[in-house]
Amino acid sequence: MSHANVAVGAHSQELSEGSPFSIPTKKLVMWLFLISDAATFAACLMAYGFLRNATPDWPKPFQFLPTVVNAMVMTFILITSSLTMLIAIRAAKAGNKSKAFNWMLITAAGGIVFAILHIREWLGMIGEGATLFHNPWGTAIFGASFFSITGLHLLHVTGGVIALIVVGLRYRGGRYNADDIEILGLYWHFVDLVWMFVVPFVYLLNVAPTH
Amino acid sequence: MHDMSAHAAQHHAPTSFIRKYIFSLDHKVIGKQYYGLALIAVYIGMAISWLMRFHLAWTNARIPGLQWLSSVGAPGGLMTPEYYLELMTMHGTIMVFFVLTTAPFAGFGNFFLPIQVGAEDMPFPRFNMMSFWITFVAFCVLMSAFFVGDGPPLSGWTAYAPLSAVGAIAGPGQGTGQVLWAISIALFCVGQLLGSLNFITTTLDLRTKGMTLMRMPLTVWAWFITSCMGLTAFAVLLPACILLILDHVAGTSFFIASGLVINDKMLPHSGGSTLLWQHLFWFFGHPEVYIAIVPGVGIVSHVLITNMRRPLLSHKVMIGCMGALAFLSYMVYGHHMFVSGMNPFSGLVFSFPTLVITIPATIIVLIWIFSLYGSKLRINSASLFALGFISMFVSGGVSGFFLAQPSLDIYLHATYFVVGHFHMVMAVAALFGIFTGTYFWFPKMTGHMMNESLGKLHFWLTFVGTYAIFMPFHYLGMAGNVRRYQAFVDDYMQPLLGVHKFITIAALLTGAAQLIFLYNLIHSRFRGAPAPPNPWEATSLEWTMPSPPPFDNFGGKHPVVYHDPYQYGIEGSSNDYVMQDSPEQIHTVRDEK
Repeated sequence: MSHANVAVGAHSQELSEGSPFSIPTKKLVMWLFLISDAATFAACLMAYGFLRNATPDWPKPFQFLPTVVNAMVMTFILITSSLTMLIAIRAAKAGNKSKAFNWMLITAAGGIVFAILHIREWLGMIGEGATLFHNPWGTAIFGASFFSITGLHLLHVTGGVIALIVVGLRYRGGRYNADDIEILGLYWHFVDLVWMFVVPFVYLLNVAPTH
Repeated sequence: MHDMSAHAAQHHAPTSFIRKYIFSLDHKVIGKQYYGLALIAVYIGMAISWLMRFHLAWTNARIPGLQWLSSVGAPGGLMTPEYYLELMTMHGTIMVFFVLTTAPFAGFGNFFLPIQVGAEDMPFPRFNMMSFWITFVAFCVLMSAFFVGDGPPLSGWTAYAPLSAVGAIAGPGQGTGQVLWAISIALFCVGQLLGSLNFITTTLDLRTKGMTLMRMPLTVWAWFITSCMGLTAFAVLLPACILLILDHVAGTSFFIASGLVINDKMLPHSGGSTLLWQHLFWFFGHPEVYIAIVPGVGIVSHVLITNMRRPLLSHKVMIGCMGALAFLSYMVYGHHMFVSGMNPFSGLVFSFPTLVITIPATIIVLIWIFSLYGSKLRINSASLFALGFISMFVSGGVSGFFLAQPSLDIYLHATYFVVGHFHMVMAVAALFGIFTGTYFWFPKMTGHMMNESLGKLHFWLTFVGTYAIFMPFHYLGMAGNVRRYQAFVDDYMQPLLGVHKFITIAALLTGAAQLIFLYNLIHSRFRGAPAPPNPWEATSLEWTMPSPPPFDNFGGKHPVVYHDPYQYGIEGSSNDYVMQDSPEQIHTVRDEK
């Protein structure tokens, strides 16, 4: 329960000075969170690059099949889910509740398929003997950085899927409105954007050279 | 997603004890909780520093009762070398995180930022409550390291790898203790992130009518700039701590290089880099220094202006300089790593912005000095501590010029010169900022005046005492006295032992002077004279309301702001000052357009 008499995102112009950004407070706080989350991902990717440069025997174990193809399919699904999220937001803005809810579920389904493909890939690699502290291809830090960076991203996708379902249900129940869907959309697109950095750095750079 | 249910609701003052004092959503209670946490932490940290100083001066003397704290670390009251390092780690961690960040930023900021911009609360009160309680849990986790396993970690507040990453083989406390440390700091990061989100949105979105950005008091600007730093700095320390935990519990080796031999045993780890920890840590660590000091800059400006009865030479330049400090603080972190094995060219690159950052810092000091020049400063405990802040900031800052240059730092690095430098410019200066804020705002926070005589006595003892402690540090450092040694009994540093004894006596006395402050705080809280709404004849919005402020700050009304924050010395006005919400028409001579 918020006790303050502050209508977030809807405070009256007569009583307050107004934001220098013409966006509601909730959206601002999401942008701020994304800035901070971007710093977290940047730190992880920089650490990865640092370790990769510092390691002479960095392995390049990934083959076009299955890894690159799998990553392409995952990328396709995640980008598509950003598109379905856009459709959901547009429907919500138009006031079409059931359509917005359905497209949110489709978006969540995209996230779930992404997660399943990801976990399947992980299990395959674990089956080949790759763990956080050992892998058959070279330096142990390869497995550690691969699993921690993709794991952090997967955690974000999982959180996003849960949020999509929870916010979707509450939106249908009338507790949240179209703005909330849009704010959640910001998060979902951000998770998508991060993946665009993970794919080249963590997958494509580690593809075995063909001779 | 997140809990974003901060929707419009009529405010009711909570009636249950738990909602009112423990899990409170009121920003004022949360501010006091943060302040209280810092108060507990600072006395623990101070007691630890007493133990350390005593051990350095009289290494073979027993400290009666210390065996009760740790029978292994101090058998029979005689401190072991490891236990000295454990105490040092805890002193640094407690002070930097749970005092210097918690009190001036989260404590005063929570209490006064919403009030000074004319808001009833922060936009996300539940985030705010979580922010405090996560920080509280972080503190408990850290303190538990004293009692769990084989003690707190040895690796200092910077937790340098590989010592911090290899686990129990590196010594007592490096197993469980170090993991607890990393968990505590990771939690702390989350707490401060939540706080920063609230601070920024309050400042940008909840300003009352007329409170334009340039009409915000300098304290609000300082907290706002600090929270912008907190937003990104803690976000980098968080994954660093998680990677450190993974090195401990999941067998990874992010921070452990190949072929490391400890105690004649080669570790199975390979592939990591010890320098990586330093990069990640100091990318956070340097902004953290400014997170500690910038709120102090704001508080000191605010208090000085009130007591000078005139505004600073330039409001805008002051804001710009605080912003420049924050911006540059991200580009200088490599100056902590000049001798770490980093490419010397990088050291040169980092040296340049380090010297550049002294420019805004110098401008800030010059603005204070020239504003003070010729003013009739009202001398009270708050303004004395504000002057003390300037003194510490300058004295500690000057040694920064030396350390910023790699050629000099090679000699001075990891000596007591560095310890003296950062204790003066960051630790004691920020503490003086906290004292300034306390003496100034205590009447508003509690409804009681503090005892001014005791306050002034506290100031003089502390001021002279801190110089007596930390000035000799510089001398020790130049004489080659390395830091983090637990004893100087039988090596080339032995001739310096007399200086150490002097410092220890000064530290014990200065620490004892802090008990005067504690007495004053507790006594005034219950027995102090009742505080009028505006005892200092100040102009900002917190002084328009009763002391202490009512639950909803402005009694359901929305204040309207008509003036710049510091309208003092107004000719033709009924007083020599005009409050921000006074509709009185005045002719203002603005120092800038």
